[in-house]
Amino acid sequence: MEIQELKVKAAQIRMDLLTIIHRAKTGHTGGSLSNTDILTALYYEIMNVDPSNPKWDDRDRFIASKGHSVESLWCILADRGFFPKEELETYSQFGTRLIGHPNNKVPGIEMNTGALGHGLPISVGMALAAKRDDRPYRVFCLMGDGEQAEGSNWEAAMAGSHYKLDNLIGIIDRNRLQISGSTEEVMGLEPLEEKWTAFGWNVVSINGNNMEELLKAFRSVPEVAGKPTLIMANTTKGKGVSFAENVPAWHHHVPNDKELELALTELKATIEELTQKGQVH
Amino acid sequence: MNKIPNRQVICDTLLELAKDDRDIMVLASDSRGSAAMAPFANTFPEQFVEVGIAEQNIVGMSAGLAHSGKKPFVTSPACFLSMRSIEQVKVDIAYSRTNVKLIGISGGVSYGALGMSHHSVQDIAVARAIPGLAIVLPADRHETKKLTEALVKYDGGVYVRIGRNPVEDVYETDDYPFEIGKAITVREGKDVTIIGVGETVRIALDAAKALNDEGISARVINMHTIKPLDEEAIITAARETGRIITVEEHSIYGGLGAAVAEIVVQNHPVPMRVLGIPDEPAIAGKSAEVFHHYGITGDNIKQIAFELINK
Repeated sequence: MEIQELKVKAAQIRMDLLTIIHRAKTGHTGGSLSNTDILTALYYEIMNVDPSNPKWDDRDRFIASKGHSVESLWCILADRGFFPKEELETYSQFGTRLIGHPNNKVPGIEMNTGALGHGLPISVGMALAAKRDDRPYRVFCLMGDGEQAEGSNWEAAMAGSHYKLDNLIGIIDRNRLQISGSTEEVMGLEPLEEKWTAFGWNVVSINGNNMEELLKAFRSVPEVAGKPTLIMANTTKGKGVSFAENVPAWHHHVPNDKELELALTELKATIEELTQKGQVH
Repeated sequence: MNKIPNRQVICDTLLELAKDDRDIMVLASDSRGSAAMAPFANTFPEQFVEVGIAEQNIVGMSAGLAHSGKKPFVTSPACFLSMRSIEQVKVDIAYSRTNVKLIGISGGVSYGALGMSHHSVQDIAVARAIPGLAIVLPADRHETKKLTEALVKYDGGVYVRIGRNPVEDVYETDDYPFEIGKAITVREGKDVTIIGVGETVRIALDAAKALNDEGISARVINMHTIKPLDEEAIITAARETGRIITVEEHSIYGGLGAAVAEIVVQNHPVPMRVLGIPDEPAIAGKSAEVFHHYGITGDNIKQIAFELINK
């Protein structure tokens, strides 16, 4: 996809995720909006995945360690054809497969996640299996920044560099907000990049809501042979909806009718602006 | 007397099986020595993974390996593997349905003198509450070999608990049928049933032999699989012998006795006694000393049988 098309796609996914959260009256709005650009880059441009054969052996793996921001992922998997788009209407309804965290009953989901600090250890195991079997696939693991307080991440960070897993790409959605407020107030993380560097990872810091920077970073891994990559994706929580941006309450605030209408209007304007640039056909 | 601990039997068996199955992997948490897995690590370095002292990570990594088609055997002290990483067991193994074998080594009070931090007498209770996780405790070296062979073929999460030291044989050979989930009657009897698990099967058998000298016919069941539990064997024993004694190297809460009692009271209530570690930090000492302290002995089981029969 062209850059502008990816940007339009991300705006459409944001509209979709707001719509399903509004309908279900539950969801993690802020974190889903912040990670939408990352997931759009991965699923429409970077990862080797096949919606018609979701379990083929050499597919790239994606693990949503920050499992609570699953709404963007559901909308993308539906849009890519892993399951029918109508099923999005069942999101969070009684008995649905599309629950509030990744669920491997759904095609395209590798593992059940949701308890924080689980994704990276699993990803290390997957990447190690690829190395031992000399297979070409890569493992992408998306973590939250608040999630960095879980000690299991650091156990896995050690193992990832110990085993020289350059097929492993950790991504931190560094939006600087968690449920109780700023990450630095709740449990200070900085200097976060230096911590990952000290654990033996090659760290790349980018604007995680900038499609050009995301593509450049993802396309250049591994920059250093024998080292796992950590992409510090600096993002804005609530990105794309002006009144939700950087507001802690939008962690799991559900838009009311008026807020949804306003948000969709803003996102439509974003799409129109991108389209009028004449680069999207 | 047998000189081979069950952990060594697991290593020997996996060494044999791994020759033809490159997907078998062994993981250790700085425990290759205590798990007796050094020979495996040396023979098949590509099928061995050291994670260091990191029990959450060892379970998560094993789930990732299993997801990619590997057959991981996680070997780590039972006390840490069963408790420190239990959320990973719940989510990454049970919930995600990955094919991981958790081998809890030096379980029960095997680390006798090291105290409560290293005793593992809550592990069965914790593991029982995880849906879909099988729980198996082999009785001796023969059963450990058969179990290891069965584990390689079994698709799904299993928690296995073994002790540290060599244990006396229950079986003369490994030439008997073994199936995960199917209890084994190691001695027929009609007056009382003694149900043991793991290393207590031998003690149950000793008690039954002593009872026989007193004219009492005791059935002995080796309930090697605590989950899925062989309910039929329990109900039949309750109906045919009218009394049940369970004996285990575990807290009296949530282990074998509790599991058997749940089946007995709901199907064929009979007098029952649950013998195990009481609700206290277990006393420190050699396994045999701790067993003796809590009456996990043939003599005490014999005494309990008398009490139940003369009620």
